[in-house]
Amino acid sequence: MTAISGASASPAVRSAAGRFADFLYRRPNFYLLLLLVPPLLWFGAVYIASLLSLLWQSLYTFDDFTMTVSHTLTLANYTQLFDAANFDIIVRTVVMALAVSVFSAMLAFPVAYYMARYATGRTKAFFYIAVMLPMWTSYIVKAYAWTLLLAKEGVTSWFIHGLGLDAVLQFLLDIPGIGGNTLSTSNIGRFFVFTYIWLPFMILPIQAALERLPPSLLQASADLGANPLRTFRHVIFPLAIPGIAAGSIFTFSLTLGDYIVPQLVGPPGLFLGSMVYVQQGAIGNMPMAAAFTLVPVVLIAVYLSMVKKLGAFDAL
Amino acid sequence: MHSEKASVWLKAAAWGGLVFLHFPIFIIALYAFNTEESAFSFPPPGLTTKWFAVAFSRNDVLESIGLSLQIACMATLLALLLGTLAAAALYRRNFFGRDSITLMMILPIALPGIITGLALLSAFKALDIQPGIMTIVIGHATFCVVIVYNNVVARFRRTSHSLIEASMDLGADGWQTFRYIILPNLGTAMLAGGMLAFALSFDELIVTTFTAGHEKPLPIWLLNQLTRPRDVPVTNVVALMVMLVTMIPVLLAYLLTRGGEDVAGSGK
Amino acid sequence: MTTAVEFSSVSRRFGEVKAVDQVSLKIAEGEFFSMLGPSGSGKTTCLRLIAGFEQPSDGYIIIHGRDATGLPPYQRNVNTVFQDYALFPHMNVLDNIAYGLMVKGVAKKERLTRAAEALDMVALGEYGSRKPAQLSGGQRQRIALARALVNRPKVLLLDEPLGALDLKLREQMQSELKSLQRQLGITFIFVTHDQTEALSMSDRVAVFNNGRIEQMDSPRNLYNRPATAFVAEFVGTSNVLSGSLTEQLNLSGKSFALRPEYITLNSSDEQQDIRLQGRVCDVQYQGANTRYEIELPGGARVNASEANSILSQADAPRAGDSVTVSWHSDAMIELQAQAGER
Repeated sequence: MTAISGASASPAVRSAAGRFADFLYRRPNFYLLLLLVPPLLWFGAVYIASLLSLLWQSLYTFDDFTMTVSHTLTLANYTQLFDAANFDIIVRTVVMALAVSVFSAMLAFPVAYYMARYATGRTKAFFYIAVMLPMWTSYIVKAYAWTLLLAKEGVTSWFIHGLGLDAVLQFLLDIPGIGGNTLSTSNIGRFFVFTYIWLPFMILPIQAALERLPPSLLQASADLGANPLRTFRHVIFPLAIPGIAAGSIFTFSLTLGDYIVPQLVGPPGLFLGSMVYVQQGAIGNMPMAAAFTLVPVVLIAVYLSMVKKLGAFDAL
Repeated sequence: MHSEKASVWLKAAAWGGLVFLHFPIFIIALYAFNTEESAFSFPPPGLTTKWFAVAFSRNDVLESIGLSLQIACMATLLALLLGTLAAAALYRRNFFGRDSITLMMILPIALPGIITGLALLSAFKALDIQPGIMTIVIGHATFCVVIVYNNVVARFRRTSHSLIEASMDLGADGWQTFRYIILPNLGTAMLAGGMLAFALSFDELIVTTFTAGHEKPLPIWLLNQLTRPRDVPVTNVVALMVMLVTMIPVLLAYLLTRGGEDVAGSGK
Repeated sequence: MTTAVEFSSVSRRFGEVKAVDQVSLKIAEGEFFSMLGPSGSGKTTCLRLIAGFEQPSDGYIIIHGRDATGLPPYQRNVNTVFQDYALFPHMNVLDNIAYGLMVKGVAKKERLTRAAEALDMVALGEYGSRKPAQLSGGQRQRIALARALVNRPKVLLLDEPLGALDLKLREQMQSELKSLQRQLGITFIFVTHDQTEALSMSDRVAVFNNGRIEQMDSPRNLYNRPATAFVAEFVGTSNVLSGSLTEQLNLSGKSFALRPEYITLNSSDEQQDIRLQGRVCDVQYQGANTRYEIELPGGARVNASEANSILSQADAPRAGDSVTVSWHSDAMIELQAQAGER
């Protein structure tokens, strides 16, 4: 080809946008700033400012007689958190959050393990979508589905009756502390609903952690004479722990802040989230509600510092 | 992959887990066609499609759907703008405060929704802002940004930086490079992020209850129905619809980003 | 002859690291110029400085008489062929090639004609509507070349463009590139870590080490008259004679490069004025040559390389044998202690 010869770059008249682009190219820091200003402004002005306002309002005084908030600063709301009744709420919520985390890890493990180590190609894609879809589908619809399932004459009792397990159910419901009159008014029922709703959040991190474990490691373990059970106990399980810890961050934190499920299923008695909701809504005690929100924040911070040692952040 | 087969027990447990995850969803779909009007007995005595017509002739249902769509669209657009800007700024350069900015974006979905909700409410009250559509959108956009950010930043990282250099080398300035190279490459990631944000916003309940005031977007309408169970069949139909409206964008988002490491939805 | 690219004491620092350290050079128009060096030696940074992806921390760069300092890549009449080709994955081959013309505002009809011509030039005329992902590595490489050349750049930069190709294809592309360059008369600046590639294609080669140019010369001079020990050992292989060995030869305090093929074993050639007794430590058969590692009195070791022939096979020295090593004193090239200009 002979056409290629001589120059043709014409520094023609550049558009305003072009000149602005030149300007940005020469000042990368200014360009960066320009990109960052809108999101920073949003998060600073909307989110961080709101959090600070919440923290500040937790120091206001609520007058129990006139039911009004005055701007006098006090720490009384925080000392009130340690009242026996409030402390009960905190313990009840934390126990539930821990139980849900443990149980969902047990349910999630086989699914995650099968996905990561045995499923290939289409089966794997199918499993992935099948776990992801329930995770993203409407929270309120999932909770509603369980009110249908647990209702009197509903699906669950039909199955239990059909399988002839009425006695077993009755035995479970008779256990004090977790039982109740029916499934939908017992702690067992609430526990199942929580486990169901947060289960996908546990499966995916475990699956990701197991996925990273190289097959050669298992072969090496088998090669060194370990039987499958020992390989599982000493190689697979320890390596899955970061995934379990990462998943438990979700299950723990989500249970801790929930107030819809306790409202729909289970015995009376407030949860942390419901307490915040009631204080703010029905009572109008915003300072106390604000002080209560600090409890999950502190608990989650403590929990995070614990699971961080298990390598949870590497598995997120 | 290793050649050994999964044991029957493991296989059963894995598939059992999937059944557990989907059974309640199936039940919702089933009950939407239930002929029974006020009970939840199982199995349903008969099936019908008449409740769909009933639900779609109810003004409160239609209003709530319209409101939720409107909110989800606005929140998604805001999240797309803010999330893409943040991804463009943060994907390559490391500077002081970068980690704090990412943490700040993750917080709204990492902390329980009541905290975000109550914090926004307290701020609106302090500023005397009347809760309404705009306050809901503000709340939703805040926790949707990170969804878009995650998708877009993953695509940025997967797109070779030499493409941008090649474009400039061939004479394209920053604007032309953005328009012809960056945007087409980001397109599907933005679309996927936007769909996930839409799905998340459409059915968000916890933050919404605090910021909605007297507005009744669909999740709140549903919640009200549950605590005062009057017209069960209409509730069932709406529940099925909400589920579909959130499932379809999530499925599309998955298909759009499949094949890369940046699979959408892996970090809600 | 006009100068295409000139560096004047150019440095580029990344924090504490001096990637390019006080480099000065002049590349003539129409020259095939190679930058050769190990990874991290500063050759790629130099290329990026010419392209405009980096700006010098010190010094200045002149491209075709115009000060390029501070000029962004899109305002330089220079195009690059990238190591990973950097073809735009969402565009077909023809649109990839026409991209540079499009952003400069060339009318659609003209730019498609020119892109098609460029595609013919690299013998891929049929592939215009394919996506880059549907092409082989060698084809992508040619598309990247066509995409750069269609803009008629004054200088073409090539960043290890053949590194990802297999040996056969690489050799073919080497000769194609060379003939293309002769035909177009464009200045080519070619970055590589492969000394054979640099020697076989270039008019001149700059050898980089630690951000500096060790030596800049024609391939022949680079090989025959290396200036420093680094060049002697990086370009081809070489014995570097110094210390006790040079004392024995009454040349103490200096060091010399001596190519293995200039050392002969048990030769009766009277012109080889340096003769030493040694012992064979190791023999490596390399097909065309045999390499001997020989220990000299005083403990110094040298490598000698002899061409294999049918006749010499039988009485070739073996490990442990005593041999006479000899070479011509002219074959010894005195080395400078430091990198310097030549």
